[in-house]
Amino acid sequence: MYEPVIGLEIHVELKTKSGMFCGCPADHFAKVPNTGTCPVCLGLPGATPVPNKKAVEWTIMLGLALGSTIAEFSKFDRKHYFYPDLPKGYQISQYDQPLCRGGKIETSFGPVRIHRVHLEEDTGKLQHATVNGEKVTLVDFNRSGVPLVEIVTEADIHSAEAAKEFLKKLHQIVRYLGISDADMEKGSMRLEPNISLRKVGETGLPAYKVEVKNINSFRFAERAIKYEIERHARILDTGVNPAQETRGWDEAKNATVSQRTKEEAADYRYFPEPDIPPMRFTKQYIAAIGSTLPELPDVKRMRFEKTYGLHTADAAQLTDTRALADYYEEAVKVAGTMFTPKDVANWIINKKPDIDTVLPAALIASLKDAKATVAVSADDLSGIISTVLAENAKAVADYKAGKQQSAMFLMGLVRRKLPKADTKVILDALKKELDNT
Amino acid sequence: MNLHRLTLTQAIDKLKKKEISHAELYKDVHDAISEKNTELNIYLALDPEAVSKGEKLLNTPLAGVPIAVKDNFLTPGLETTASSNVLKGFMPPYESTVISRLKKSGGVVVGKTNMDAWAHGSSTETSDFGPTKNPRNPEYLPGGSSGGSAAAVAANLCIAAIGSETAGSIRQPAAWCGVVGLKPTYGRTSRYGVVAMASSTDTPGPIGKTVRDCALVFNHIAGHDPYNASTSTDPVPDLTKQLDGGVKGMKIGLCYVDHHALRGTPAADAVITAGKVFEQLGAVVEPVPVSDEVKPKHMLNPDYAIGVYTVVQRGEVSSNLARYDGVRYGGDRGAFGDEAKRRIMLGTFTLSHGYADKYYVRAQQVRSLIIQNFHELFSHYDVLISPTSPGFAQKLGASTQSPMYGELEDMLLEASSVSGLPGINVPCFRDPATNLYIGLNIMGNLWQEAKVIRAAHAYEQATDWNEWAKKS
Repeated sequence: MYEPVIGLEIHVELKTKSGMFCGCPADHFAKVPNTGTCPVCLGLPGATPVPNKKAVEWTIMLGLALGSTIAEFSKFDRKHYFYPDLPKGYQISQYDQPLCRGGKIETSFGPVRIHRVHLEEDTGKLQHATVNGEKVTLVDFNRSGVPLVEIVTEADIHSAEAAKEFLKKLHQIVRYLGISDADMEKGSMRLEPNISLRKVGETGLPAYKVEVKNINSFRFAERAIKYEIERHARILDTGVNPAQETRGWDEAKNATVSQRTKEEAADYRYFPEPDIPPMRFTKQYIAAIGSTLPELPDVKRMRFEKTYGLHTADAAQLTDTRALADYYEEAVKVAGTMFTPKDVANWIINKKPDIDTVLPAALIASLKDAKATVAVSADDLSGIISTVLAENAKAVADYKAGKQQSAMFLMGLVRRKLPKADTKVILDALKKELDNT
Repeated sequence: MNLHRLTLTQAIDKLKKKEISHAELYKDVHDAISEKNTELNIYLALDPEAVSKGEKLLNTPLAGVPIAVKDNFLTPGLETTASSNVLKGFMPPYESTVISRLKKSGGVVVGKTNMDAWAHGSSTETSDFGPTKNPRNPEYLPGGSSGGSAAAVAANLCIAAIGSETAGSIRQPAAWCGVVGLKPTYGRTSRYGVVAMASSTDTPGPIGKTVRDCALVFNHIAGHDPYNASTSTDPVPDLTKQLDGGVKGMKIGLCYVDHHALRGTPAADAVITAGKVFEQLGAVVEPVPVSDEVKPKHMLNPDYAIGVYTVVQRGEVSSNLARYDGVRYGGDRGAFGDEAKRRIMLGTFTLSHGYADKYYVRAQQVRSLIIQNFHELFSHYDVLISPTSPGFAQKLGASTQSPMYGELEDMLLEASSVSGLPGINVPCFRDPATNLYIGLNIMGNLWQEAKVIRAAHAYEQATDWNEWAKKS
């Protein structure tokens, strides 16, 4: 009866060496509070910002990866509001001339268009603590001035699942570009869905919108959206529009809670940042950044399907990260004519090797060993396991009581009867059988 | 020995030749400060170790001479308040670029000078620490906002001084105090470590006893600063080499003297006379009539610039002062004076949603017209001359009579300031009855400080208005 209309705002911290407008380290996670600061990111009197060229380039790079149009003229603006974690009383952001406009990400639910991508600075962080028995709020400015990219989508998303898929794809692209760790737990990627409902068949934007702030996991984003969809539907059923407001996701309550209503909406008093000259980019400059773009996940996945004859799901799994994809291709090279790319793919997917420690060559060697073992039919294996279990009731009981070593003991007995079978195959089948008896 | 009366050029020369010692020079300066500072209220803070610092700097270009510094420049070890109670007790943890460079070249910060609080004003009366009085006649204002620095030079309480100008704050007090003040091109001198007023026009610069002294200080403070994105990477001209270039063949536009507020005033007469001096020196001087619209060889009515500057500057002020929210600095928001509060309110209003287009955006559009106007004028003229201020210094208390007082005092400077142009004030008349001065404003095109200095030096040497001019 209702159709959800969802847009997303995503903040991604860039992993540049230094800050957006100063030389302080951009890496602020788990550092001693207020150790990575300077006059600029503390907003001291007289301090002036100097933009980080790398951050600008990386934002353009992200725009190019998303198919955005890159501005040939762009500028920074001041966005004003008062909050203790904002030392200047304004955030340097971009208002009407963002670095990138347009673009899209394809999802299985359809394309999601990008509205804009812009660059700004992160704020400090408040910490609520008790000092000498007194409840106080402390400010840590280590995060202040860290480069932050904001990606805003059009309201092209119509379900929580679609939102989640989009977010995962964006996360993957950002990681492919190597411009951010996009680590949700560390807050280096933060999600803000805007949700409203309209009657099925209607096309315009609904008359209200609810924003859920600062969500730090895909799962919570999905839950928050589902929660809001149900909440809005209930309210709409009574014949009124839900209040236009900002809400937050409360993990403990498994619910969203109201934070700010429209009446309190801020007027940010944007105006061009007079401390930073406007930026002009030539077509050649933008093209040079474009030439550094890596192969992107979708393209890589399709190439894997085509070049290596993989199923879509397997290709998707192997292209999950650039490192894994590179690992796979290296292993295919090592395998040469010994194994097909498909064999190598299956081996990696089933074995899940630690790609940081197991070299592709070692992986192929293990594949070689495994292939040397005699393949055992499932029926044979199941028969032998049943016999062994029947003959060793005590070990079975021990395992059931939680003694994990019993499984290894039983495996040894099975193995004696099938000396050339693959250990992992035996163990998997054995555990399955144990759990079913 | 009256060594405090020496110009910068003389002091350096005598120190280097060992004709005088730092101890002698600083003693005379400090004696003069002891004698006059209580009455004139020029210095807010003094560095007791200035002399020992100076003694170590003999072999530097500026040889360790005492320089007065406006209190909006951050100076570690010396309290920096921008003359506001909000920053009372603020000991800066870092140093402004201009001061670092000055010190590196052998300048010594002898003390911090009073100013209009946050540089809001043209009187030094909005200081939370009391007004500075004009050393030429203590019943009168020194002008502002760099009133303390201009007065320190006029009263010989320093050898040279540093000020900052947003729209008149160097040149107008220099005019009223009868000294020389150079406002460089916006972006020629670094704003890093200068308490921000209107970031798009704030420009540090020297106030000195002679054009030569200002040229010398400029040489040591100007240039690209990696910490300030507005600074130009262009090479800085050695202005001391420009001094004797003369004005022969220069084309000079005579501006604003036909404006209704100036016609027939002592300021207009003095500048018309100055035009004749330039003609005698070989320049071609032409009147540039005031016009209500942009026309070739006309100067746009300064009323437009007042409107543009008032809106742009208030907007930037409201933003730049937002950081003094009571969370981090000594005084909370209640410590702001009336002028700051007025500017914050007006700026907040003009940037507000629904009004920004009507005021701020519109002001920026008119600003573009003003810039275009100057661009056209400088295709005909090497420099433009005008009165610096519409008149003599006003009496103490004058600034409290009108909230637009400062804008009217600076009306002849605001157009060039919002366009980023360089300009200099040189004394061009003294009223023997009051001992008060009229200043000649010489404006140049962007980055053309050299021409400004050439014209100013030629004029100064050809006339007797500057009491120190013939000394160097």
